[in-house]
Amino acid sequence: MEGKKPVASMRTAELAMAALFLVLGVLVMWDTRRLGASWGEDGPQAGYFPFYIGLIIVVSSAVTIFRALNLGERGRESFVEWGQLRMVLLVMGPTVVYVALIANPWLSLGIYAASAIFISFFMWYLGKYPWKRILPISLGVVVFFFVMFEIWFKVPLPKGPIEAAIGFN
Amino acid sequence: MEEIRALMGGFAVAMTWVNLALMLAGVTLGVLIGVLPGLGGANGVAILLPLTFSMAQSPGGATSAIILLSCIYWGALFGGAITSILFNIPGEPWSVATTFDGYPLAQNGRAGAALTAAFTSSFVGALVAVVLITFISPIIARFALKFGPPEFFSVYLLTFSAFVGMAKGSPFKTITAMMAGFALAAVGIDTVTGQLRLTFGFTELLAGFDFLIAVIGLFGIGEILLTIEEGLEFRGAKAKLNMRVVLETWKELPRYWKTSIRSAAVGCMMGIVPGGATPASFMSYGLAKKMSRDGEKFGTGMVEGVVAPETAAHAAGTSALLPMLTLGVPGSPTAAVLLGGLLIWGLQPGPLLFVEKPDFVWGLIASMYLGNIVGLIVVLTCVPLFASILRVPFSIIAPVILVICAIGAYTVHNSIFDVWLMVVFGILGYVFKKLDYPMAPLVLALVLGDRAEDSFRQAMLGSQGDVSVFFSNPLVGTITGAALLLLFWPLISKLIAIARGRNGGTNAA
Repeated sequence: MEGKKPVASMRTAELAMAALFLVLGVLVMWDTRRLGASWGEDGPQAGYFPFYIGLIIVVSSAVTIFRALNLGERGRESFVEWGQLRMVLLVMGPTVVYVALIANPWLSLGIYAASAIFISFFMWYLGKYPWKRILPISLGVVVFFFVMFEIWFKVPLPKGPIEAAIGFN
Repeated sequence: MEEIRALMGGFAVAMTWVNLALMLAGVTLGVLIGVLPGLGGANGVAILLPLTFSMAQSPGGATSAIILLSCIYWGALFGGAITSILFNIPGEPWSVATTFDGYPLAQNGRAGAALTAAFTSSFVGALVAVVLITFISPIIARFALKFGPPEFFSVYLLTFSAFVGMAKGSPFKTITAMMAGFALAAVGIDTVTGQLRLTFGFTELLAGFDFLIAVIGLFGIGEILLTIEEGLEFRGAKAKLNMRVVLETWKELPRYWKTSIRSAAVGCMMGIVPGGATPASFMSYGLAKKMSRDGEKFGTGMVEGVVAPETAAHAAGTSALLPMLTLGVPGSPTAAVLLGGLLIWGLQPGPLLFVEKPDFVWGLIASMYLGNIVGLIVVLTCVPLFASILRVPFSIIAPVILVICAIGAYTVHNSIFDVWLMVVFGILGYVFKKLDYPMAPLVLALVLGDRAEDSFRQAMLGSQGDVSVFFSNPLVGTITGAALLLLFWPLISKLIAIARGRNGGTNAA
């Protein structure tokens, strides 16, 4: 079974995450040095509280790293299998493209057109639906949201060339 | 009976046609949110919060807005039971214990009985908690009026220590997640000195991180990713709920009155403590199993095994609003989002709310009674409808939910940067879940970070940097002491276990 092969072990994932937190903690502490993390003339300086936050993050993630190194049997368990990661990426990839389509420096489609493309792609690629079922559902959902936000609640969402063509801005 | 009079005033506020319609809409939407994967109480309310901005501007509008949002919460609590029983998928962490007996019941063809028992006991649990809120919260609020900055900081400390003390997993991961929340809350312009903190020169970070974005990403996108990992299929039992089954189950339920009372008590006590709903549901299930005559049969499909966790979870979920209303300290992520709503509408949660906005507070409390009655009727009559939504294939539901999350994230500040942040928080939520980092402390720290820091600074200013101010009088000393006890509880319980082990383990008590 190709899909059952683990991509990363629990230990690797634990270490990576704790290391990330460790870096975050150091970053916080480093920035508070610039702000001043001690007692000023008129009370605690801006970095006083965050300094200790950073310190606690460093200490607790250091403990997590230490524990991850001594995980034993559980550390060899799978964090994510190839088959699972494939499914996750199949969702994440299109989502990133979707957000990029909404607004970017080159051709912003707006949230409605991008949503229609996004839903259609999902139904076509993952659901294997015929286009005669994809189009009514994706367009119907988008039109519903359009009416709800732009007309009913009057909450403007990002719009693109298509909306401009029919006179909505 | 001043409370009764105030409550009657509240009913007068809540019982307008507009508010009743909002209740119905809120509960229906809430059940829908509770049933759908990737949408739950916390992020459902977070997504809809921006839509109430304009609603809350009109006179009395803030009350209508909180009624709508809190009813979504009740609906989501009810909805969690539907997925647990029919699909063996707990919609919320506190519905996990409901699957133990609920799903076997459904497999034995008694889904109707399980659902009726779950809804009815949810209702009972919530009702007990609302009665508690009605009579206890004015007392706590009056008491808390005397609180100064040290007292408030010690309450925050107690809240966050409770997460550490009650955590199932590693206490260090809880602390890390919580402190990461505080660090994210500190990003942006410091309210006291006006200095830029932790922005590292990025203009996008000037305004800081909004917890609504974090909630939508962590709970919404993260949940979708976890669901998709298991593949695209949902398999569920058929839901049929007719009046005959409901009435038969209702005849059976009074037999479990002892379990109900015990579970409601456990729920109310644990609910006031943050993160209490999930442990409350497990604890009450465990107690029922130990004390019931049919204890050994638990797990094979006992109605009593559904009654216990559902009563406790709802009692806890409802009483989580008590500290939110009286002290401004939310007991759960959803309560935190509601608190964020109050702040956005220009209301200051805390003891003064009872004095300054009695209409709002009592309208909300009255709406809790009404909302739960509406909720019970809606779920009992519409179960097949809601269950059929789960039969919509995931390849349609998932993109629609992702679109809803994106719209929700965008509307918070009308910023596409927030949508990107939501995606990042989504990946973080997925990794958090897989590595057993708790998300609730992060969200609560993000909401309360600035307020906790302010009260800490003010307390420090008052005492000229002397930490002993947190032990300066019996009140603050007791709260701080309790907080420290909870904070070190994982360590203390380990020491107790070791000490017991040395004694040879003869005294089992």
